[in-house]
Amino acid sequence: MNALNSLLDGFGTALTPINLLWAALGVLLGTAIGVLPGIGPAMAVALLLPVTYGLDPIGAFIMFAGIYYGAMFGGSTTSILLNTPGESAAVVAAMEGNPMAKAGRGAQALAAAAIGHFAGGMVGTILLVALAPTVARLAVDIGAPDYFAIMVLAFIAVTSVLGSSRIRGLASLLIGLTLGLVGLDQMTGQQRLTFGSLQLADGIDVVIVAVGLFAIGEALWVAAHLRRRPAEPIPVGRPWLGRGDVRRTWKSWLRGPFIGFPFGAIPAGGAEIPTFLSYVTEKRLSKHKDEWGKGAIEGVAGPESAASASAAGTLVSMLTLGLPTTAVAAVMLAAFQQYGIQPGPLLFEREPELVWGLIASLFVGMVLLLALNLPLAPLWAKLLRIPRPYLYAGILFFAAVGAYAVGGEVVDLVILLIIGLIGFGMRRYGLPVLPAVIGVILGPNAEQQLRRALQISDGSVTGLVNTPFAVTVYAVIVVLLAWPLLKRLVRRDRTAASS
Amino acid sequence: MTTQTTDIPPAPASARRSWLRDHSELGVCVLLLALGVLVLTDALAMDVDIAQRGPVGPKTVPIVVGAGLLLIAALLAVDVLRGGRGQAETGEDIDLSEPADWRTVLLLAGVFLGAAVLIEPLGFPIAGALLFWGAAFALGSRRLDRDPLIAAVLSLVTYAVFNNLLGVPLPGGPLMGAL
Repeated sequence: MNALNSLLDGFGTALTPINLLWAALGVLLGTAIGVLPGIGPAMAVALLLPVTYGLDPIGAFIMFAGIYYGAMFGGSTTSILLNTPGESAAVVAAMEGNPMAKAGRGAQALAAAAIGHFAGGMVGTILLVALAPTVARLAVDIGAPDYFAIMVLAFIAVTSVLGSSRIRGLASLLIGLTLGLVGLDQMTGQQRLTFGSLQLADGIDVVIVAVGLFAIGEALWVAAHLRRRPAEPIPVGRPWLGRGDVRRTWKSWLRGPFIGFPFGAIPAGGAEIPTFLSYVTEKRLSKHKDEWGKGAIEGVAGPESAASASAAGTLVSMLTLGLPTTAVAAVMLAAFQQYGIQPGPLLFEREPELVWGLIASLFVGMVLLLALNLPLAPLWAKLLRIPRPYLYAGILFFAAVGAYAVGGEVVDLVILLIIGLIGFGMRRYGLPVLPAVIGVILGPNAEQQLRRALQISDGSVTGLVNTPFAVTVYAVIVVLLAWPLLKRLVRRDRTAASS
Repeated sequence: MTTQTTDIPPAPASARRSWLRDHSELGVCVLLLALGVLVLTDALAMDVDIAQRGPVGPKTVPIVVGAGLLLIAALLAVDVLRGGRGQAETGEDIDLSEPADWRTVLLLAGVFLGAAVLIEPLGFPIAGALLFWGAAFALGSRRLDRDPLIAAVLSLVTYAVFNNLLGVPLPGGPLMGAL
């Protein structure tokens, strides 16, 4: 009941003209970014971090959330019409959606995806309203050791669940932690890795690291391998669904969120796993098994619904625990730090206007997105024809603006380029970028919590595991670490049994 | 896997070069190793008697990170020598079947550095326009009628939005001084 009241207050915040404007701007930008190849929501939010210098936090986060949800909507358009998904969340949409478009049912595929996102986002956000305050209340008296445990969980999860190689994930994390060390130690003022430079004593701004790794690194990497001839999108009309299609898909739309939401909330790689699980589930339950692989509409509806719901799940962990489970959440966490706001259980008490305004704006954004995407899909598809030199020159341009706006220092642009070159090398050699970004954002914080916890326990390591919460988190970490080993044992058992 | 695991005979230089190209990822190990040494030396050179509060000083975490870098460098080297390869990232506009186009990358980096140097003397509107035009040119756009125009409009609009709407000051340079 309490949550409902707070939500109503939130609508009061979200429906003011200026915040409606930010929501509309966010979903417009998000859809465009989702449709545009080569630029994902994490890069977009990173490029927009400089607006945090001039905008109030509520407006900024309403816009960022709009970008996150909007990019999910737009991403499926690219997958369906172009068959070359750029974001991992949209891979599954291409599997059935592109054959549908080739068979002349692109309009139905786009409609199934858009309504799927709407349904998934709605159910997911309702779950967010229902669960987030409870999680926050349960976690409200967590202390330094608990925070440290959560951050270690984020580090381990991001390196060992995502990506194909743990060693490369760890290498990336350590690069990020190193970048986070540069500057004055927060507790003693000791200079670290500054080499006597005054500029480095301030530390490397998170905005510069995020923009460098996501935007400059990506633009340079694409430039090195730019496709001579961009793929041609399949032309498509206005999305619509016949009655038969609706009868086939409504259950898929409603099933998707219950797969997507929990996976978004845990650090398991965002939308990638749940969209795939939803695909498999829909395939098993389908009455039209012969159509799969040739364009089964349930294979678009379910996964897309799961993808949007996972975004809502991501926000639960980010807002209540300060635990980023996806790249977008990590960059949003950086934005919170820019404002000096610590996401976590206390956020709901300290910043109720911000939190509930943000959540209410998600509902508003979802309605706007449905209205934008159903009638205007053919227009959005035109964005796929943008000349690639302009697209990537634009990314470099806005990256430079963002980095320069941080402090008006030319040296920041040089640091940005260096970090961009690191990002380029990481893409070349398969080091995932996300662990490095999480390392920079959470590293300094984790160190502080660690030292605070050990200060309380007077140096005894037991001070890190003296709460049930921390012990639980460490147990989860052990399972994550042991998972490949366990899997190998199970497989060996099975092969032994079969032979 | 296409690695040559056979012991290297007193091979011709070309064979050694192709072995190196196959194992260029070892360069990543060297960089990680160097970074680890850097972090460790910086940490050990710290003089922390001054204001240590609590049992864990400012040295501890850098030492852990530095040691971790050394360990990961070694593990990655083992993985590469055993034939493991990091997968290059793919994307909508990426064609990995052709070799990397280094000229474009260097040109872009040069244009970016040039714009960084020019931003203070010329102001943001001009330097930004040059950055966009130069980058588009490096990426293969040759529309001399359209490119400079788009660059100028984009740069001026961005300047106005940041400087006047968002209140983030950008240097106007002589152009804005004249207007």
